[in-house]
Amino acid sequence: MDNQQHLNQSGQQAIQEYQQMIKQAKPKPPVIKNSFWAFVVGGTICIIGQGLMNLFTAQGLGSLDASAATATVLVFASALLTGLGVYNDLGKFAGAGSIVPITGFANAMVAPALEFKREGMVFGVAARLFSIAGPVLVFGFVTSWLIGLVTFIFT
Amino acid sequence: MPGIKKLGKQTCRFANPPVIISSGTVVGPKEGQGPLGPYFHRVCADSLLGEASWERAERALLKNAFQLALDSAGLQPKDIDVLLAGDLLNQIISANYTARDLGIPFLGLYGACSTMVESMALGAMLIDGGFAGRVLQGASSHYNTAERQFRAPAEFGNQRALTAQWTVTGAGATVLSAKGMGPRITHATIGKVVDLGVKDASDMGSAMAPAVADTIITHLADTGRKPEEYDLIISGDLASIGKALVQQLVSKAGYEISEIYTDCGCIIYDPTQDVHAGGSGCGCSAVVMGSYLLQEMARGKFRRVLAIGSGALLSPVATLQGESIPGIGHAIVLEAWPDNRVSGAGD
Repeated sequence: MDNQQHLNQSGQQAIQEYQQMIKQAKPKPPVIKNSFWAFVVGGTICIIGQGLMNLFTAQGLGSLDASAATATVLVFASALLTGLGVYNDLGKFAGAGSIVPITGFANAMVAPALEFKREGMVFGVAARLFSIAGPVLVFGFVTSWLIGLVTFIFT
Repeated sequence: MPGIKKLGKQTCRFANPPVIISSGTVVGPKEGQGPLGPYFHRVCADSLLGEASWERAERALLKNAFQLALDSAGLQPKDIDVLLAGDLLNQIISANYTARDLGIPFLGLYGACSTMVESMALGAMLIDGGFAGRVLQGASSHYNTAERQFRAPAEFGNQRALTAQWTVTGAGATVLSAKGMGPRITHATIGKVVDLGVKDASDMGSAMAPAVADTIITHLADTGRKPEEYDLIISGDLASIGKALVQQLVSKAGYEISEIYTDCGCIIYDPTQDVHAGGSGCGCSAVVMGSYLLQEMARGKFRRVLAIGSGALLSPVATLQGESIPGIGHAIVLEAWPDNRVSGAGD
């Protein structure tokens, strides 16, 4: 009991001291290495995207249709690689480099779909499909409303 | 009025120390490839174990561990008075469904990763109190069931923090008996929930370390023992960061344990196995203590061991609501008892 009181009384001080100890004990994340690989992998995905875009444009698609076709191919490729268990290995060292591009969005939807398949199509796959990607959509929509509002006011 | 078998603030000393007469451990392939692989009773080639879901696979691990422990003692489920078991899943489904199959009177436990030691401490109390002759204990965890409940889907391509730990796929079980051959549980120190404000769910070692240190310090004070009186002090799943913090916290209290202290989470995997800080989960301490520790005690490498189950009482709901992660640590003293005499406490 007195130990508990001790903890509560000197609570704030004990907590601060302990946070300092943790800070020293924790390994530092290799920020430069992580940034480098995020840049290389993220950049490579974007180059592939640009290559596809150029290819579709050269085949005679308009720029809107070419963008849609590029996104479709990238999303399909990411979904396939997620299903084959490769995309998470890529994410392990690429970090944001494989999360930020559209392929990361596809991975964030396919991964829960695979994971929760055993809970059924409705309450498993369908209900959990947006468990990671949902916030991206919500904030994407909110941002587009705001931009629309700004455009509406100033033009 | 204090209990007649109580020692100091939080420790029980058993009048007739119960005996660990057998154990069974089952692990997944990754754990089998680790440095302790040869110690485990069974290594599964596939972590799904041919089951229809990860949850069923975890149940199969636990049931298998119970079966191995019963078989090696030559016992049937009907010979057991009480089953004490738990796991990490919501509503402790691994333990509940396994208990349904075994038909032994059952008390389900949740102590997060401290469950194995919690169950052994309680089992020893039931036996020394005269309420049971034989108690079966067990705990399990599975990498895939824990990930999907506490963290992210397995195929999600995120980067794990360096402080993160790898949930052990495995289950361990022990049979405790009033009589028989084997190491005995002479003391149990029941831990308090200690929380020094760690909120990072990917740094559970730091969240648990203060509780484990508190239990070690209290145990030594309650028993009046010095760390040198133990051949080994082993914690459940603090991994590298938590282990370093425990050493510092215990040394602040004036005890030097670094020479004899280790952690199951630090020895179950090899650093090349990409587990970051080390192993975690109920299964981590259950399989290491049920195999490596007991086998090395039987060989005479360790005679008196202080084993501490460490639990991060983590809830994804509470974490999202900004709460810190409470930790807990329960300790038991295991003592080799080669002459098999049934007498008073070991000291």
